[in-house]
Amino acid sequence: MDWPALRLSLELAAATALLLVPLALALVRMLARKPLVARGLVDGLVALPLVLPPTVLGFYLLAVFGGQSTLGQWYAALTGRQLVFTFDGLLLASLIANIPFAVLPIQRAFAAIPREACEAAWCSGLSNWQTLWKIELPLAWPGVLAALVLTFTHTLGEFGVVLMVGGNIAHETRTVSIAIYDSVQSFNDQAAHVMSAVLVMLSVAGIALIHWATQHIGRRDA
Amino acid sequence: MPDLPGGLEIVASQIQPITLQAELACAPGELLALVGPSGSGKSTLLRCIAGLHSPQQGHIRCGGVNWYDAQQGINLPPQSRRVGFVFQNYSLFPHLSAQDNVLCALGHLPAQQRGARALELLAMTHLKGLEARKPAQLSGGQQQRVALARALARDPAVLLLDEPFSAVDQVTRRRLQVELARLRGEVKIPIVLVTHDLDEARMLADRMTLLSHGRTLQSGTPGDILTRPVSAQVARLVELNNVFGGTLESVDAQGRGLLCWRSHKIEVERVDGFAPATRLSWVIPPENVILHRRDRPSLGERENPIEGRIDDCLPLGDATRIVLALDGDVRARISFSVPTHVARRNGIAVGEIARVSLLASGIHLMPAEPDITG
Repeated sequence: MDWPALRLSLELAAATALLLVPLALALVRMLARKPLVARGLVDGLVALPLVLPPTVLGFYLLAVFGGQSTLGQWYAALTGRQLVFTFDGLLLASLIANIPFAVLPIQRAFAAIPREACEAAWCSGLSNWQTLWKIELPLAWPGVLAALVLTFTHTLGEFGVVLMVGGNIAHETRTVSIAIYDSVQSFNDQAAHVMSAVLVMLSVAGIALIHWATQHIGRRDA
Repeated sequence: MPDLPGGLEIVASQIQPITLQAELACAPGELLALVGPSGSGKSTLLRCIAGLHSPQQGHIRCGGVNWYDAQQGINLPPQSRRVGFVFQNYSLFPHLSAQDNVLCALGHLPAQQRGARALELLAMTHLKGLEARKPAQLSGGQQQRVALARALARDPAVLLLDEPFSAVDQVTRRRLQVELARLRGEVKIPIVLVTHDLDEARMLADRMTLLSHGRTLQSGTPGDILTRPVSAQVARLVELNNVFGGTLESVDAQGRGLLCWRSHKIEVERVDGFAPATRLSWVIPPENVILHRRDRPSLGERENPIEGRIDDCLPLGDATRIVLALDGDVRARISFSVPTHVARRNGIAVGEIARVSLLASGIHLMPAEPDITG
């Protein structure tokens, strides 16, 4: 069992989920108020990582993050570190690759809230911020939880993008998915089995959590 | 548009997304019913008042405050308008209890007073003991009461009711209508009620505005609109089907007129300023059509007597609806109702000849409309 790889994966997944979900919430709220044409365009861009092969996405991110790129140079000047083959670059790549997993569940959950519920809140004197906090988020929270869980578990299992942008540097960019690949390559099937089983358990726990939350919110409203 | 201190006045016009050309006024303590067919702009007007929709032109004033003025660029958000809005499907917050739904609208009060005020409003709307229930655990009538308590919680300057009784059964509807009638005595603010139901408007409203395709067709007391429509279109919208065309032949010194309709000379008690020889439309509400008895002379049978063949006879409980076709012309049909026992005693049946009187006092004249029988 490659514990440093598992720890790195958990850190990466947690950071991605915790950073991306609030950004996704803000994006969903912003898109709801945009004209239809702009919304369609952004919706398409949001869904793109779903259909792009991970290695292709990773390849382009490698090009954009590289030391010769504007972003890479700007980041190096700012932090003294480079983006490629570092945890920072891995995190940024994960944020981009996971956009649809965070945005789509939240978007669906907010779309299911009747517009009249928000209008009733405004007519009751609640500001837009209070309406979001007191009415929309409690009604949409299974979707927000689903976004957190999906982003977390998908990041844990991400391989192509991670390998392209981060490579395979122990304690820095080697995640558990890459460690499983390494184990298989070196005929260490037992280690591969253990690490795969851990990922399976985390995925099942995530699905169970979403299911429980959906049932729970159903009971609360009944 | 009358100046109503403390009242509500609206002038709204737009072309998109639906045409609006409406003027409304509602005094404090008055209940104004907005009536019209589906798509006539009733709910859009309520949304304009609440600040949920902005018309392209016009103004909305309430309690002396300008809520919306297209020319001056004033458009207060819903949060600043002090509107109590009961939505058609109530739009309660499903994750909150009845008490929390009401508490949401009490943000203007100091925090320590909100709980007591919420309980007071729920008690006032007969929801004592149900404070902790979620909307899904309440009946339709109870949900409606929570919505009303929440609407009143804001201490509103105007109360807007968008078909509030449409989603409840008949018994509950009657009970809620009585409660609304009582509530009117307690809240001295303008109340605007959107309804399809003319009986409901007649029962609850002080004044009524009839809308069609976003236009105000007539405003007045329900009695006025339901008996003295300004046009044949209004007459039909308020379900007055006895609309015909004719020519005013003469007007006597007392202001009584003689109307020429088909081969008949019809006496009219009021000509409402129409001059002789004017082509016009006229309407007679069904309650002013009196069936003559067959066995002996009836009271007033010499008043505008008309004979026809019964074209339809439909018993509807205690009353029977009769349609009389005149001169064999199925387009000239007068409909009216009589008690079912009267219909039975007089042998009323399809194909039989019957005589009726059209009461001169019930005939109302309107400007001519093309394609009217006569």
